[in-house]
Amino acid sequence: MLTILFDGIAYGMLLFVLACGLAVTLGLMNFVNLAHGAFAMAGGYITVTLVNRLGVPFLLSLPLAFLASAAIGLVFERTLYVHLYRKPHLDQVLFTIGLVFMAVAALDYVMGSSQVYVQLPEYLRGRFDVFGVGVGRYRLLIIVVCGLLTIALQLILSKTRFGARLRAAVDDERVARGMGINVNRVFALTFAFGSGLAGLGGALGVEMLGLDPTFPLKFMIYFLIVVTVGGTSSITGPFFASLLLGIGDVAGKYYVPTLGAFVIYTIMIVVLLWRPQGLFARSAAR
Amino acid sequence: MNSPVKTKSVTASDVSGLFAARARWHPLEIIFWLAAFSTIFLLPSKHLILTEIAILALFALSLDLILGYAGIISLGHAAFFGFGAYVAGLLGKNGIITEPLLALIVSGLATSVLGFVTSFLVLRGSDLTRLMVTLGIALMLRELANRYRDITGGADGLQGIVVDPVFGMFRFDIFGHTAFYYSLGVLFVLFLIARRIVNSPFGLSLRAVKANPLRASAISISVDGRLVAIYTLAAAYAGIAGALLTQTQAFASLAYFDFDRSADLLLVLIIGGTGYLYGGLIGAVVFKVLHDYLSILTPQYWLFWMGLLLVLIVLVGRERITGWTTPLRDLASRLDWRARSKKS
Amino acid sequence: MTLALETVGLERRFGGIVATSNVSLKVEKGARHALIGPNGAGKTTIINLLTGVLRPTAGRVLLDGEDITSLKAHARVKRGIARTFQINQLFGDLTPLETIGLAVSERMGAGSDFWRIAGSKSEVVDEVVRILNQFRLADVMDERTSILPYGKQRLLEIALAIACKPRVLLLDEPAAGVPEHERHDILAAVSALPKDVTVLLIEHDMDLVFSFADRISVLVNGALFVEGKPDEVARDPRVKAVYLGEDADV
Repeated sequence: MLTILFDGIAYGMLLFVLACGLAVTLGLMNFVNLAHGAFAMAGGYITVTLVNRLGVPFLLSLPLAFLASAAIGLVFERTLYVHLYRKPHLDQVLFTIGLVFMAVAALDYVMGSSQVYVQLPEYLRGRFDVFGVGVGRYRLLIIVVCGLLTIALQLILSKTRFGARLRAAVDDERVARGMGINVNRVFALTFAFGSGLAGLGGALGVEMLGLDPTFPLKFMIYFLIVVTVGGTSSITGPFFASLLLGIGDVAGKYYVPTLGAFVIYTIMIVVLLWRPQGLFARSAAR
Repeated sequence: MNSPVKTKSVTASDVSGLFAARARWHPLEIIFWLAAFSTIFLLPSKHLILTEIAILALFALSLDLILGYAGIISLGHAAFFGFGAYVAGLLGKNGIITEPLLALIVSGLATSVLGFVTSFLVLRGSDLTRLMVTLGIALMLRELANRYRDITGGADGLQGIVVDPVFGMFRFDIFGHTAFYYSLGVLFVLFLIARRIVNSPFGLSLRAVKANPLRASAISISVDGRLVAIYTLAAAYAGIAGALLTQTQAFASLAYFDFDRSADLLLVLIIGGTGYLYGGLIGAVVFKVLHDYLSILTPQYWLFWMGLLLVLIVLVGRERITGWTTPLRDLASRLDWRARSKKS
Repeated sequence: MTLALETVGLERRFGGIVATSNVSLKVEKGARHALIGPNGAGKTTIINLLTGVLRPTAGRVLLDGEDITSLKAHARVKRGIARTFQINQLFGDLTPLETIGLAVSERMGAGSDFWRIAGSKSEVVDEVVRILNQFRLADVMDERTSILPYGKQRLLEIALAIACKPRVLLLDEPAAGVPEHERHDILAAVSALPKDVTVLLIEHDMDLVFSFADRISVLVNGALFVEGKPDEVARDPRVKAVYLGEDADV
């Protein structure tokens, strides 16, 4: 039971790191980025290549995956996404689906269509027992890394100057511009950071979620659930939504394997019927 | 009313004349359908792909009803297509209804029930919520079909579907002749119905709801009611399209629910343009021709070209891309009767 | 006198902010009632509460003595309360003809008719003709609404509300932003409203208020402040104090 809870939390935290960039960009520019998963996939493949082909230590590959994905995100934001902020949602949806398809096909071409694995170092494999609870070492690592990241994010948002600007821009873009905040820059940096986090999540997730070129399509629904259920006005909403989703999914697959993925869809529908604006959204959500 | 400025006043015949002109058939429309039907004789060797085009066109017409007329973005319209396909397949396989037209109607009705139920989820919330819900429902149905393999055949698909000859006379042949006449006929009839509906007060109110839901409700239009109605209707259309595919292929597969199919459909509609009914039809022709050409070029990476196309269409601007259909758009009645009224 | 419209202890909060506080407003049948107040007093919030765009946190709305608090916006219009908007809320792609046709069809129960071609009912057509002529929209009836001159759009705002044939009409700053040369049309349209229609007018333009209203309520900080006949309100020193520096017209 506790093991399932533990696995669920690890899964949920991973989802949070994967999706929180999306939540922030949605909240900030009301931009629907369905290609978010593609940045996560990029991070995953970077780690796999670094570790398996070049022999880079796994733990070192994680920050590299973050940086590389962030750089890719920055380039995309400045060259392509920036043209789409003022366009209708339909255009944003079409455009980002297009990007996903291109990424899927391109990675299929370069890396092959089969699932890839990362060679984990010895000390991250297996489980150990804590008071009878089986704790997977790798899952523990995920919880620690993602937990630290979440705390760091919360601190950045609440304590730093950049965080204050970001929150101001999320609250009211026009007012923020009027106050002399360079919203474009804030957004580019945030987007890059969010993409980097997705890349990091993708790298961490290779072992747990599996990685093949269809990753962005498979996990699109998870990302959407996290941001709609959690709302986009803060990062605590998506955080709890991710945990709910992670625990629900793991527990569902364990206890009622015949229902499988239905558990999360049921959660989604129930939340939607109960709180159409999202579980943790402010009443005046945009 | 006394006023310093003289303005002209209208009579009832002016007004009803203008209203009637909105619904009148434009010569281009007639040419379009004549061309479509002429392929029966002119392109007999292409009837297999023309059948696929007709079915895709009907599916895209269904999406146009909700996207073009009600502004609902769906990432999972394939849910209804697949559902209709499986209903028709199960009816045929288990010998419940083997008469094709009746099976088609039943599949459409069954899918409309699904559309009606799910519409209440779609009504709620923003575009983002709608994306999630529509995508989620399609995934859920796919999962269902996958799981109950003793009924649906699971990943192997639904096989052994029995379909009687159309009207008891025309057997489905391997060249796809009957399939094409049948599909084109169904498409035409459903198009006529859709055309009638969008020109009705109900259709007009849909455009109002899309343009400004706040004002629409302020003139006593029930916004939710209209959205539920059109979503239900669109579901029925998509279900019938799916059922047509099952009947003409004697096969249904899990792939009918795939996200790719929903995304393809968006592309089809965007190529042709939304909100004038012909967009999906034209888009289906262009899409299929393109698909055939690019698939021969690089069979595996069709997805890449489709993605590139989507990206380019958005970057260039949808209006400019579909600008080439402007003369056809005009036939959607607006400029046509406006031009006429200016002359008078 | 019988009341056409009444609110009882109406209250609306947004988070911690009280936008409408314990408003009990009484509008008599056939009245020309004006609701005035400085910017941010919560006038439009009250209209939104009356028409069902917003739900009150507390209190009730009565139309002809009937409680309509729980009705949705579109259902309230069917009961006979219609409004205009301070900022035009029109259907940009539709023509005035289609717009008015829509409202009239809806009122005559033909709005959800999906089989008849729009405009094929003669009662609907006659009514559309009457309204287009009354509001002098005939010459532009076939243009896209979004390209009409602002004054015409403003007229269409009012015409559209009238097309719902309301017993109570709420006008939210009908003359706002209308250029001087088009103003006359708006004022004429407002003063020509049928006598049996009860009108609640929200307005900043004091000339219009005092030429039009037979009763005035003053709203300050979301609460009713003073109510009375125009001359009483005009003389009231408290009203002057509130408006001092706010609006030179008073």
